[in-house]
Amino acid sequence: MSSPSAQNCEEAESIVEVRHKAGLHMRPAMQFVDCANSFQAKITVTKDQLSVDGKSIMHLTMLAATYGTKLKIYAVGKDASQAIEALTNILEKGSLEDIE
Amino acid sequence: MAICPAVVLDSEEYRIPKRIIPRSEIRAEVQRLRRAALDATQEVSNLQVAQADLWDSKIKDIFAVHLHFLRDRSLRKTISDLISNNNYSAEYAVSVAFKDIAQHFVDAKDEYISERASDIYDIEKRLLKHLIGERREDLKHLTKPVVVVAKDLTPTQTASFDKNFIKGLATDAGGRTSHTAIVARSLGIPAVVALEDVSASINPGDTIIVDGNRGTVIINPNQKTIEEHESYAAQIIKHVHELDELTHLPAVTTDGVEIELLGNIEFPYEAEIALKKGGRGVGLYRTEFLYLDADDEPTEEDHYQAYTDAIKKIGNHPITIRTFDLGADKFTQKKNLTPERNPFLGLRSIRYCLQNLSLFKTQMRAILRASVHGDIKVMFPLITNLLELRQSKWILDEVKEDLEEQKIEFDEHIPVGIMIETPAAALIADSLADEVDFFSIGTNDLIQYTIAVDRVNEKVASLYSPTHPAVIQLLGQVVKSAHRAKIDISLCGEMASDVEYTSLLIGLGFDTLSLAPPMIPEIKKVIRSISHEYCRRVARKVLSFDTDKQTNNFLRDETRKILAGKHLEIE
Repeated sequence: MSSPSAQNCEEAESIVEVRHKAGLHMRPAMQFVDCANSFQAKITVTKDQLSVDGKSIMHLTMLAATYGTKLKIYAVGKDASQAIEALTNILEKGSLEDIE
Repeated sequence: MAICPAVVLDSEEYRIPKRIIPRSEIRAEVQRLRRAALDATQEVSNLQVAQADLWDSKIKDIFAVHLHFLRDRSLRKTISDLISNNNYSAEYAVSVAFKDIAQHFVDAKDEYISERASDIYDIEKRLLKHLIGERREDLKHLTKPVVVVAKDLTPTQTASFDKNFIKGLATDAGGRTSHTAIVARSLGIPAVVALEDVSASINPGDTIIVDGNRGTVIINPNQKTIEEHESYAAQIIKHVHELDELTHLPAVTTDGVEIELLGNIEFPYEAEIALKKGGRGVGLYRTEFLYLDADDEPTEEDHYQAYTDAIKKIGNHPITIRTFDLGADKFTQKKNLTPERNPFLGLRSIRYCLQNLSLFKTQMRAILRASVHGDIKVMFPLITNLLELRQSKWILDEVKEDLEEQKIEFDEHIPVGIMIETPAAALIADSLADEVDFFSIGTNDLIQYTIAVDRVNEKVASLYSPTHPAVIQLLGQVVKSAHRAKIDISLCGEMASDVEYTSLLIGLGFDTLSLAPPMIPEIKKVIRSISHEYCRRVARKVLSFDTDKQTNNFLRDETRKILAGKHLEIE
């Protein structure tokens, strides 16, 4: 097995607070999941002790992340840092529905 | 005894046809899942397009989430893993997976989240709909004989049972005199109740042996077991044929006392069966199916049709029609603004009728009109005091007057009787006897009210005891009151159909028993094997016991001797 290049093994993570008033559900969750799926990296979202697949709406919803919950997003893979940046953005900015 | 494939009635809306599949079908099953997911996804997408202008953003979001779920790879994998690793059917895998997800939601402290559980159920239902599709079986489309397995069976469910296909019943709940058992006896099919966990232990389609005599249920028996049971069943059939030969013979004791045996029926066609089995008429015609089978209250014509139909089948023989006896079920509860806390002790039966005169009068009109065609008696259930009885009779008189004015014929002298079903009625039987033409003791309810036990609650069903000294004493008392007032008295509860109690009941003074038609030959056989003198001695002995256990042991021993044709002697 050849050793993976630094680029392919890229890791990144961030800790973010959920800014969506109604928590990470519905539109924000879909937004998050769609965004996560646009990257190659494997995405994991952790709340307290529970870690789930960030690309799965089922997993994300089960996380039941309410407003103000601290989540750790972790990505590993080719475009890990880009993924983290985009996803952190989504959580921090709050939701469009809060504006609506 | 029945040996058939099982049909399981779940309490959820969808009946999962099968839970476990053979290894060889796993690949196909995973494909089915894929197909169903795609169909469901397509369905939602189509919906979105069709409703694009009508939906507001909130609804659009909801369905967008549904779509995300249906496309979720993680979810798909969870479900297909359940299929591949556990041999689950696609439907079962879906229900297990979604149940788990929903549980996470329901457990969440956040209200918003816990409310989302209903979205999960919605998605699950859609997926199941595409999986089950036309394979949805229900009891209305049976094509071969089956045994029905359920947590419990309601009167409404059993009212539409097709005798030709339903050959046996097995339920988690219930006791010896629960509705399931009563229906089974009346249909002449085996049933085992109070099994507690049978519905969870059986896969739909499993072959199951239901042995009503031994009270056992065998799931997926091997060939040897099936053969044993088939030969046992053949023996029983032979025995039944022997009993059929008694049909034309009278139910008379060895010392010449004739006992009248009548049938309890729920449907007109059963009147024929009562006669065929050697009954001399119908002692109790339960009219509730008229209300349970339909969505609306039956009309006078509906009643009249049913009664004349029953009369046609019974010919010149007597038939006793009991008025509305419902309570604590969909018909009366539907009309309530607030559900009754204790419907068993609530507005049911005659009480309900006295507060719903139009319903009561409709039935009485039909009974009276039908009375010209045969030998009809009318009976009021659950009377607990003299005033209720008098009120009911006044209303009957009013209806008679109406019919007279309208020049419609009826039997002016139609006998009017009541069911004695409560300790109250039993204890004032003397004064009630002076104002009726006959009594009929409904032991099912009398025992429940006297011992304060719910016969259908499997936790306490064993307390329900027809031989409780209090019950025996009340029976004896009511018989005395009836004899003193020189009115007819019969017993129409399940006690009448049990061979162990026959000698006791006759000994207490009953000369008429009304029971489930299939049991008539059996009871007749016992009557023909004993003397009235013997019965009196049995009753005296039983009245001296302190516990039902003593009585049961005694009766069991005596009955064994009777059935074996042994010489009977009591000190």
